[in-house]
Amino acid sequence: MGSRPPDLAIRIFEQHMSQLVYLVPLFPLIGFLINGLLWNKMPKTLGGIIGSATILASFCVSLGIFFEVKSDAFHGPVIVTLFDFIQSGKISIPMAFQVDALSSLFLLIITGVGFLIHVYSTSYMHHDEGMVKYFAYLNLFVFSMLLLILGANYLVMFIGWEGVGLCSYLLIGFWFKNREYTNAAKKAFVMNRIGDLGFLIGMLLVLLNFGTLTYTDFFGQIAGGHAAPPSSIYTWITICFFIGATGKSAQIPLYTWLPDAMAGPTPVSALIHAATMVTAGIYMIARSNVLYSLSPFTLHIVAIIGLATAILAATIATVQYDIKKVLAYSTVSQLGFMFLALGVGAYTTAVFHVMTHAFFKALLFLGSGSVIHAMGGEQDIRKMGGLGKHMRITQATFFIGCLAISGIPGLSGFFSKDAILADAFAHDQVLYVLGVVAAMMTAFYMFRLYFLTFRGSFRGTEYQRHHLHESPAAMTIPLIVLAILSVVGGYVGVPEVLGGHNEIGKFLGSVVTNFGQHELEKNTEFMLMGISVGVSVLMIAVAYSVNRKPKFAESKGLAKVLENKWYVDELYEAAIVKPIEGLSRLLDRFVERMGIDGLVNGVGKTVRWGGDRLRLLQTGQVGFYIFVMVLGIVALFTLSFFWIK
Amino acid sequence: MPVNSSHYLFLSLLLFSIGIMGTLMRRNAIIIFMCIELMLNAVNLLLVSFSKQYGDADAQLFVFFIMVVAAAEVAVGLAIIVMMYRKVHSVDINILNRLKH
Repeated sequence: MGSRPPDLAIRIFEQHMSQLVYLVPLFPLIGFLINGLLWNKMPKTLGGIIGSATILASFCVSLGIFFEVKSDAFHGPVIVTLFDFIQSGKISIPMAFQVDALSSLFLLIITGVGFLIHVYSTSYMHHDEGMVKYFAYLNLFVFSMLLLILGANYLVMFIGWEGVGLCSYLLIGFWFKNREYTNAAKKAFVMNRIGDLGFLIGMLLVLLNFGTLTYTDFFGQIAGGHAAPPSSIYTWITICFFIGATGKSAQIPLYTWLPDAMAGPTPVSALIHAATMVTAGIYMIARSNVLYSLSPFTLHIVAIIGLATAILAATIATVQYDIKKVLAYSTVSQLGFMFLALGVGAYTTAVFHVMTHAFFKALLFLGSGSVIHAMGGEQDIRKMGGLGKHMRITQATFFIGCLAISGIPGLSGFFSKDAILADAFAHDQVLYVLGVVAAMMTAFYMFRLYFLTFRGSFRGTEYQRHHLHESPAAMTIPLIVLAILSVVGGYVGVPEVLGGHNEIGKFLGSVVTNFGQHELEKNTEFMLMGISVGVSVLMIAVAYSVNRKPKFAESKGLAKVLENKWYVDELYEAAIVKPIEGLSRLLDRFVERMGIDGLVNGVGKTVRWGGDRLRLLQTGQVGFYIFVMVLGIVALFTLSFFWIK
Repeated sequence: MPVNSSHYLFLSLLLFSIGIMGTLMRRNAIIIFMCIELMLNAVNLLLVSFSKQYGDADAQLFVFFIMVVAAAEVAVGLAIIVMMYRKVHSVDINILNRLKH
């Protein structure tokens, strides 16, 4: 009695949404298959519609799943097993998906932001002849990313992990006729491979020591203390996983691929190299939080690497002139912040920053894409300026993005970045001070970019000036939606000191347990917020005054070092690439050519030489043959005569 | 003088040696062919004499086999020689050395 039938139906539907989780990656896979198989027959518009619609479908399912997970009726992770993937002896690795707070949140970020970027791409890529192929790759990327997020064990995660690496490679080198772009793609792939090897070794260590790769099993074992391997094994596993994370999430020492990855189309940079794929490393560590909490030593390393990356990338970003390069280094720097949060044990804060960063960095990248579109492919901010008059929506949304990333109160970046800094302060004051320095630089380079691009007077060619226009609605609407998200996205994590409830922290709390958290006093927290907001505003003012009348002189001293990215690429070239090339040349000359080739060719030569000599025996005289035959028989006879004796 | 198996042995040795010498020294294909037959028959003789000496019929079985095979061989061999004569109007084996080149 009482409950009306439709209401009941909705409730049942909600309760069982998580059982349909396989639909989420299935839709993009279908989109990939359709677009990928028919890429040269399909009309462009239809390809774009299919590509976007599949992601929208996934987003709808993800929403359903999210609300189910959020409801009170949801208890613990739901594991949906599709089939047995590897079944061998005691090892059992199923192809299974895990639905819990962490994965459902990432599902929303990926499908939501992904959908907006797909819509944006339909317009941005419309003039490109490979548009359908582009959407096929993009759908394959989303599929792989969803596998990565949903996997209930490390192997499924690894499949997705490799898949997103492949798609990243394909999309960076999308305009493959340009040699530089393909080189950038190769660089990204090789750098990622180095990290992937770390992940793989870590995975094998887990399998070897614990006999399982399934999260629930593995974390249950180590948390319950059932298995008692030497504690150093945790350090090794976590370090191996972290090496994997540095590759995918562009941290020192494997970060140099990400700025080069800007060779790909701008929406790709927004989706893969800012909002989703590069956060895979953070997801992995947040997912393995139980493991990482057992190894404070590794957490320390994570924090240091994250902070160092944040500062290094921020310094480089302050002097770059390529609009996308600035954003790329900014991404590296923000990822550094997330690793800092992970390193101090504030896993939920890191995930929170992943979310807000996905909003505002996708917004900034799409905004830059809109600018590049208007400028006819020009990316050099020295040739821009005063674009605000021509493209109001892009300017306004870009401004919101800049405010959000700089941590101005009221916008999403403020809540997440401030939470990271507060956690860092609670952990170690030195980390906090350095973090504030990186945050300062963030505000500076973002507003330097903003002022140089949108304010002042136009510095490009006459032709470009006439060409300037606002982008079509398919591009501006995603910008507006993302701008709104960049503003309100932070309100899910308002800290208690500001009267909020840190809902995202509570939501994730069922899966992710923060490590070694200290409570800060209310006044301290207010003071920290004041400091970070103060320095940000100060830096915005500095950026304004410096860039009011921009002069682009040849840079000297430190600026030149920064412009050349600390010469890290050159260092790698000299320290790693050159020696390996030398070694290869050595191996080629001595092992390959002299050793292996010599052996193989030597056998051939010997046989040929011998044949040449033996050929002389064949005179063509039948009498001689008979004579030799008789001689042979006599010889055999004599031999057997003595042999038997 | 009683005839015992050693006489047969020497006779067959003699026949065999004549066969070998003929095969090696003559150039006429038909003569070589005949010499080969001679060697086969020398062996046959040997087998039969040993069969008689040991009272065992197995060796005679071999003799029949050899005779059958020799008959077949004669048919093939003579055919080859006839064909050869048709082509080159000679039965000299040293003419047939073109495969060497």
